[in-house]
Amino acid sequence: MLREVAVVGLGCTGCRPTTPGLSYKEIMFEAATRAFEDAGVDPRCDIDNFITCAEDYWEGFSIFDEFVPDQLGAVLRQLFTVTADGLFGLATAYMLIRTGEFDTVAVEAHSKASDILTFADIVAFALDPIFNRPLGGHPFYIAGLEMNRYLHETGASREACAHVVAKNRKNALSNAYAAHGANITVEDVLESEQLFYPLSRLDISPLADGCMVLVLASDKVAGKLTDTPIWVRGVGWNSDTPWLETRDWGRSVDTELAAKMAYKVAGIRNPQKEIDLAEIDDRFSYKELQNLEALQLCRRGEAGKLTEEGATERDGSIPINPSGGLLGVGYTLEASGLQKALEIVLQLRGEAGKRQVPDAETGLAQVWRGIPTASGAVAILSNRSRGAT
Amino acid sequence: MSAKIKKYAGERIKTADLRAGKVPVVRWRPKVRYAWSTGIAMSRFLKELKNGKIIARKCHKCNRIVVPPRMYCEMCFRPTDEWVYVKDSGIINTYSISYLAADATRTDKPTVVAVIEIDGASKGIGIVHIIGEAKPKDVTFGMKVKAVWKPPKERTGAITDIKYFKPVEV
Amino acid sequence: MFAKRRVAVVGAGLTLFRRNLKETGRELAFEASKMALDSAGLTRKDIDCVTLGTAPDAFDGIHMKGENLSDGAGAYRKPYTRVFVGGGTGVFAPNAGWWHVASGLFDTCLVVAEEKMSSCFPHPQYAFTTIFDPIMSRPIGMNLVWIFAIEMHRYMHVHGIKKEQIALVSVKNKGNAMDHPCAQLPAKITVEDVLNSETLVHPVQRLDISPTSDGAAALVLASEKVAKEITDDPVWIDGVGWGIDSTYWTNRDLYYPKYVECAARMAYKMAGIKNPPKEIDVAEPYDPFDYKELHHMEGLLLCKKGEAPKLTEEGVTQRDGDLPINPSGGLLGVGNPIAAAGLMKVCEIFWQLRGEAGKRQVPGDPRTGVAQAWGDLMQYGSVIVLRS
Repeated sequence: MLREVAVVGLGCTGCRPTTPGLSYKEIMFEAATRAFEDAGVDPRCDIDNFITCAEDYWEGFSIFDEFVPDQLGAVLRQLFTVTADGLFGLATAYMLIRTGEFDTVAVEAHSKASDILTFADIVAFALDPIFNRPLGGHPFYIAGLEMNRYLHETGASREACAHVVAKNRKNALSNAYAAHGANITVEDVLESEQLFYPLSRLDISPLADGCMVLVLASDKVAGKLTDTPIWVRGVGWNSDTPWLETRDWGRSVDTELAAKMAYKVAGIRNPQKEIDLAEIDDRFSYKELQNLEALQLCRRGEAGKLTEEGATERDGSIPINPSGGLLGVGYTLEASGLQKALEIVLQLRGEAGKRQVPDAETGLAQVWRGIPTASGAVAILSNRSRGAT
Repeated sequence: MSAKIKKYAGERIKTADLRAGKVPVVRWRPKVRYAWSTGIAMSRFLKELKNGKIIARKCHKCNRIVVPPRMYCEMCFRPTDEWVYVKDSGIINTYSISYLAADATRTDKPTVVAVIEIDGASKGIGIVHIIGEAKPKDVTFGMKVKAVWKPPKERTGAITDIKYFKPVEV
Repeated sequence: MFAKRRVAVVGAGLTLFRRNLKETGRELAFEASKMALDSAGLTRKDIDCVTLGTAPDAFDGIHMKGENLSDGAGAYRKPYTRVFVGGGTGVFAPNAGWWHVASGLFDTCLVVAEEKMSSCFPHPQYAFTTIFDPIMSRPIGMNLVWIFAIEMHRYMHVHGIKKEQIALVSVKNKGNAMDHPCAQLPAKITVEDVLNSETLVHPVQRLDISPTSDGAAALVLASEKVAKEITDDPVWIDGVGWGIDSTYWTNRDLYYPKYVECAARMAYKMAGIKNPPKEIDVAEPYDPFDYKELHHMEGLLLCKKGEAPKLTEEGVTQRDGDLPINPSGGLLGVGNPIAAAGLMKVCEIFWQLRGEAGKRQVPGDPRTGVAQAWGDLMQYGSVIVLRS
């Protein structure tokens, strides 16, 4: 028999364009305090493992976990770094609990993007030093390449991408955690400055600061900690080729494979029927469409049309990014996926307030690690345990 | 396995050949710059340094007085409660004498680096700094030292507002 | 009823460790992975997932370097995760591999550790300047050797340890490395050689220190079911452990590595080890500096606090002693490509427990071995217990 794993607590500072008054340590302490309060645990004795999800160059440190344990309550306890998005951290917590050696794991991810003065240069520093970096330029041209190929292969329209932006920015207006809520129109997006053809300024998720912490627990202790455990039904993650030269530019292969794994673990055969809502990567507007298809939430080439028809609105047949997504909440570096998982937990608990999607039982969170990577992760969460379905 | 393997992969390059440009390389100097928000605790700490003072935080649960200050107690996992001025003197907990620069080149004059347990903070609570006005061979464990500050006009709100710590004549 | 899953090591691979290797990081990762797979009689197709260990991006000069290394590490279109705990990463990476398999999600996992330190110019040491706090430490010109000299000095002071005693570790390990085919700095040296070598940061001298290196290592892990299908002598991962101490290292007493004890207790509990010196037959504690081997023996509870130098003087830690320590030659002898060096230690325990360590084989048919690494700001311990 396998152990089941649930999210039993969450904490979030909320996302803001800048947070000049607080250090990264202080925002982490705030989110952690909230999460442990929500879960009703004392991190100094009740948490078996702490995971921080961080990349050194986002932080400006080498070996960032040096600076982490104190503000999470992890001194002389078990903590480590997963150098990936928080959703990989959630998958790691899931594995740890399933080994049977641990009952509780806290996962932390944050962004202090406003501390970075040379963001584009740091993204460029992730490019292959021999083949790609010498070409120069702002590395977001890679998103332009991918978008163009995706639109070409699927026939999705430029307007459909703009629809994603308008929808997500609007959704964010009813999310107190969101940094970039706005009432903008499809035309506003289309008329915004063209930066990396066919990508315009408003197609790009703006950065935000923020910290999120989730507390996960085994079925053994979840019931004691909360009346509303949100079960992790499946996780999946994958890496396609790191070479820009050999990519399938029209698809998101890592998302396809990560989803396949997550559905298998969760026992989901018909995603369109069994997933009630999803928070998916929308770092660039077209990614939401591409990922919708990669996740098998619609047929390939169909995402643009569905979006223009309103199916992905909060009251549509498949609500996508009700939180406002990265376009509306803000792109929070390695916290982007955890931000999405957090929204799904709130929705499944029925605590999403004005943006509550009615009768949601099972939700999906998905994230991509951004340019220039081809890595992504998927988690499937439900307010019904495996035993209950 | 180890015993059965005949040849291990890896082709050695001589450092001299590398330096002489005999090995193809691609060079890159990353443009990475940051402006870290110092936050509530360290902003105050730095402001006090500018005033020629060292400030700490106290936790009312474990009663520790800690420097560098933080707004949370890492042992009790709760917010710390109180600002407390501590002295600008202390004793050497441990030290080393460096002949090495950050890039591993050698320095002309040795630098004495020490962890200084600060007077007025809890036992064992120290900061790391440079020891000056002392011959390296005269520095000892438990030695009493005191901060030597830059003149007020030259202070910028940085740990280097303290030029170094020097031995206190007893 | 829930049953815990056992995880076995079924293959290991290692490249040469050298100051500069021609291979890129990707190529090194590939070489070690290929050797590990070959030794297990498997191919990349048989691998369900990959975990990578590699230390700061600043060495390779690539942001998110785990992503760049993925195909070299055999992770193309596979679930792939990089874990990172500073210098502790090399022993932590197989711990991560362990939970991938022990979770029941995967049957096989390739664990890869890579380090290409020579890419960092003018000297890899320079990359270490960014590990320090930008408010308290960077402005005073902090460098890595300073803080280890500070820790070493405190350890010597509290226990009254002489430099001669510590130098014995360097003599032993560089000597052991004479039998290691991948070793970068094997040497027959004397205590006097160490004491007469250049003082870098007193009390640290040239021969107290391990070198900077390029290199890679890999392991193949398998579930019990798969392990029994492919090998007659699997080595089991019976305990994993890790632990971290406070960021504020100037607020701690550095004479004792509590973080290593924290990690060791976790691993020993899982492995059911109650009396470590009696139950452990061979150990590979992390030895980037000679004093660290002694420090870590104490943290691993292999002896009492302050007792490690005495055991070393008595020859207990020699390859043919009662408690062989670093029979591989350790980081001091084999070299220190950070994460790869940690995983090299786990490879060594694997070979020792299989009786395949050749000239380095410790006598007496060892059954239980432990490897340990250390990282961050004198703050992190990672431990693995293997049994044949």
